[in-house]
Amino acid sequence: MNAVKRQKNRKVLLMGKSGAGKSSMRAVVFSNYVAKDVRRLGATIDVEHSNIKFMGNLMLNLWDCGGQDGFVENYLTHQRTHVFSSVAVLIFVFDIESREFMADIQNYYNIIQALEECSPTAKIFCLIHKMDLVQARLRIQLLDERVELIKAQSRGFAETMEFYATSIWDQSLYKAWTQIIYYLIPNAHTIEEMLKQLAEVIDARELILYERTTCLMVTKVTRSEKENPYHDRFERISSILKTHKQSMAKHTGIPAGSANFAELQIKAAGFMFFITRLTENTNLAVCIPPAEHIFNTARLNIELSKASFASLDVASRKRPVEGSVAGSSSTGDLDRA
Amino acid sequence: MTLDDADTPSPAPRFHTGKLPNSKTQDGKPRLLLMGQRRSGKSSISNVVFHKLPPSETLYLETTTKIKKESMHSFMDFQVWDLPGQFDYLDSAFDSAEIFSEIGALVWVIDAQDEYLEAITKLNATILKLQSTFPSINVEVFVHKVDGLSDDYRSDTYRDIVQRVQDELSDAGVENAPVSFYQTSIYDHSIFEAFSKVIQKLIPELPTLEALLNALCANCRIEKAYLFDIVSKIYIATDTSPTDIGSYEICSDYIDVIIDITEIYGKIPDPNEEFTNGAEQIGAKEVGNGPAESLITLEKKGNYLYLREVHQYLTLICILGDDSPTDRKGLIDYNVSVFEHALTQVFPR
Ligand SMILES: Nc1nc2c(ncn2[C@@H]2O[C@H](COP(=O)(O)OP(=O)(O)OP(=O)(O)O)[C@@H](O)[C@H]2O)c(=O)[nH]1
Ligand SMILES: Nc1nc2c(ncn2[C@@H]2O[C@H](COP(=O)(O)OP(=O)(O)OP(=O)(O)O)[C@@H](O)[C@H]2O)c(=O)[nH]1
Ligand SMILES: [Mg+2]
Ligand SMILES: [Mg+2]
Repeated sequence: MNAVKRQKNRKVLLMGKSGAGKSSMRAVVFSNYVAKDVRRLGATIDVEHSNIKFMGNLMLNLWDCGGQDGFVENYLTHQRTHVFSSVAVLIFVFDIESREFMADIQNYYNIIQALEECSPTAKIFCLIHKMDLVQARLRIQLLDERVELIKAQSRGFAETMEFYATSIWDQSLYKAWTQIIYYLIPNAHTIEEMLKQLAEVIDARELILYERTTCLMVTKVTRSEKENPYHDRFERISSILKTHKQSMAKHTGIPAGSANFAELQIKAAGFMFFITRLTENTNLAVCIPPAEHIFNTARLNIELSKASFASLDVASRKRPVEGSVAGSSSTGDLDRA
Repeated sequence: MTLDDADTPSPAPRFHTGKLPNSKTQDGKPRLLLMGQRRSGKSSISNVVFHKLPPSETLYLETTTKIKKESMHSFMDFQVWDLPGQFDYLDSAFDSAEIFSEIGALVWVIDAQDEYLEAITKLNATILKLQSTFPSINVEVFVHKVDGLSDDYRSDTYRDIVQRVQDELSDAGVENAPVSFYQTSIYDHSIFEAFSKVIQKLIPELPTLEALLNALCANCRIEKAYLFDIVSKIYIATDTSPTDIGSYEICSDYIDVIIDITEIYGKIPDPNEEFTNGAEQIGAKEVGNGPAESLITLEKKGNYLYLREVHQYLTLICILGDDSPTDRKGLIDYNVSVFEHALTQVFPR
């Protein structure tokens, strides 16, 4: 266990045409913005970097690349290797409302070529964004159409890439980002194994481990024999907890970055549920059968297991907890919320 | 049975609370009418408040062509009628007795982002007509869609509308008509707060409930306590300390968390229990352990929010405030059970 653990830096490019909504989603997911406040964001100049530390040894290195033509031109020429080398994931955002879809596709194709050249093993997540602007009953068909057209221009990435319809106004954003994070976490399997053991010990029906700032799920364990019919429950819980964090921040006057609860408990018909802090950057949500003694032993056991989960984290230099999401200087405008 | 209006010793109470003097049958099912110009937002309000339609989806609502009636079953049954804006209900072609009798409140929706002079003219004509036929109907004016207005412009618009309505009424010789005004929007909590206040006026037991909540707050130093109908997110009473929208918001957001989590995990069938399909939620009959209960403890503030189901349809939510050490929970539990007991005498289950 005492081998020197190294932080895994994962470079993630966030690209797409100007106004597609890249910085908006970054602000909502990583900087505690509420959806209606993203209007305050200006266009991104060049690239804004942010570093986000997740459970374990994942350090997300996010490049929010301003999408105005001049900047893109520059990424593709002078900065080509600088931008496109050692990329783990490219998140490409398409604006569903765009009136020049063909131009967007062309722009996309240019970027794909550069990526294939410099980082052929990268994975692409394509987000078809602002879906809230489309009537619910038309969404699936429209998505399918776009997916076809985009795939056709995706060269070697077409097989492995994933598509998500997203909107900052609902949980769809969390669904997409949860998948992205899960793909990037290097030791997800180890974490999952430990969670499984814990779930056995405390007789949990479900455990969800999530990152405290973003409320994005890191991983989960389900033990209940009966299948839970709510397949979207994980992104739903992310979204509701995030909204709630903002609400608490607003009401208490504590900055959203640190308006964390020590515990939330719900005891209701047929189940008990609580959320408690697990490690520096994560909370654990626990669903158990409705019995006071299970509740009490579960809390105790989680308390005892904290140390072993903490050992999965890379010993980080002491920093204030809120600082874990601070970006480099250029993200200054995002940290206001 | 008559009810003394506790707070207003004035000879004629401005608002009737609960008793429905217009009621033919006295069956106690108050009706709320939603009226106003076309596209003022009536159907949006009805759908957002009573069907949980996401506000942005109201963009796709079509104009209403016939009266849409919703029944709400809760601690008190009431009906909400959404009236198409395109008709003139004062026209003799309409049976005004049919529409206006038995109503608890007339909610008049004015689009604050649009020209409102005509809306005010119609509103006043309606009030004057009601004054002669059904004088004690509460008229609740929603100055609506204020989300689109800057803060300054919003309060100017609001004041202008209030002024115009009152001036015209007093020119017509009507003073002290039971008319109240609210600033509302479906994009925030204001529409729920306004509806809460509209409905509270129809609850005869309100003064009793307020007194009980006051006692609870005093006994365990609770900052603010609300009695919610959790499904509609309407609160039917709160203690009489000053309210602000922020306190409502935090409770309402808390309810969202509880409802969502309960919906997700509450339905996994217990092998020994029979669950019926459909809306088996926190408000429904309990199985297994006792009434639903929840507590949020903040890292920096100690206990902060407390929730407990106290009646089939009613849930108590308390903002414990900045000074609530975790060890005070026992005291709160005790006082809440006293409150719960008193409540069963007001509303037998
Ligand atoms: N309807 C809707 N609008 C959105 C959504 N996400 C972002 N927007 C809007 O899109 C606009 C542009 O968003 P930005 O995030 O600044 O765009 P960007 O992709 O970062 O643009 P550049 O920085 O110039 O590359 C904002 O004004 C948002 O209000 C969404 O999910 N739905
Ligand atoms: N900005 C804003 N728009 C709103 C609000 N409430 C409703 N709207 C919009 O107003 C428009 C008309 O709403 P409806 O609810 O159909 O109006 P209505 O009063 O039922 O109209 P009729 O059925 O023709 O009488 C819709 O596009 C809604 O999205 C609000 O609070 N703010
Ligand atoms: Mg940007
Ligand atoms: Mg309508």
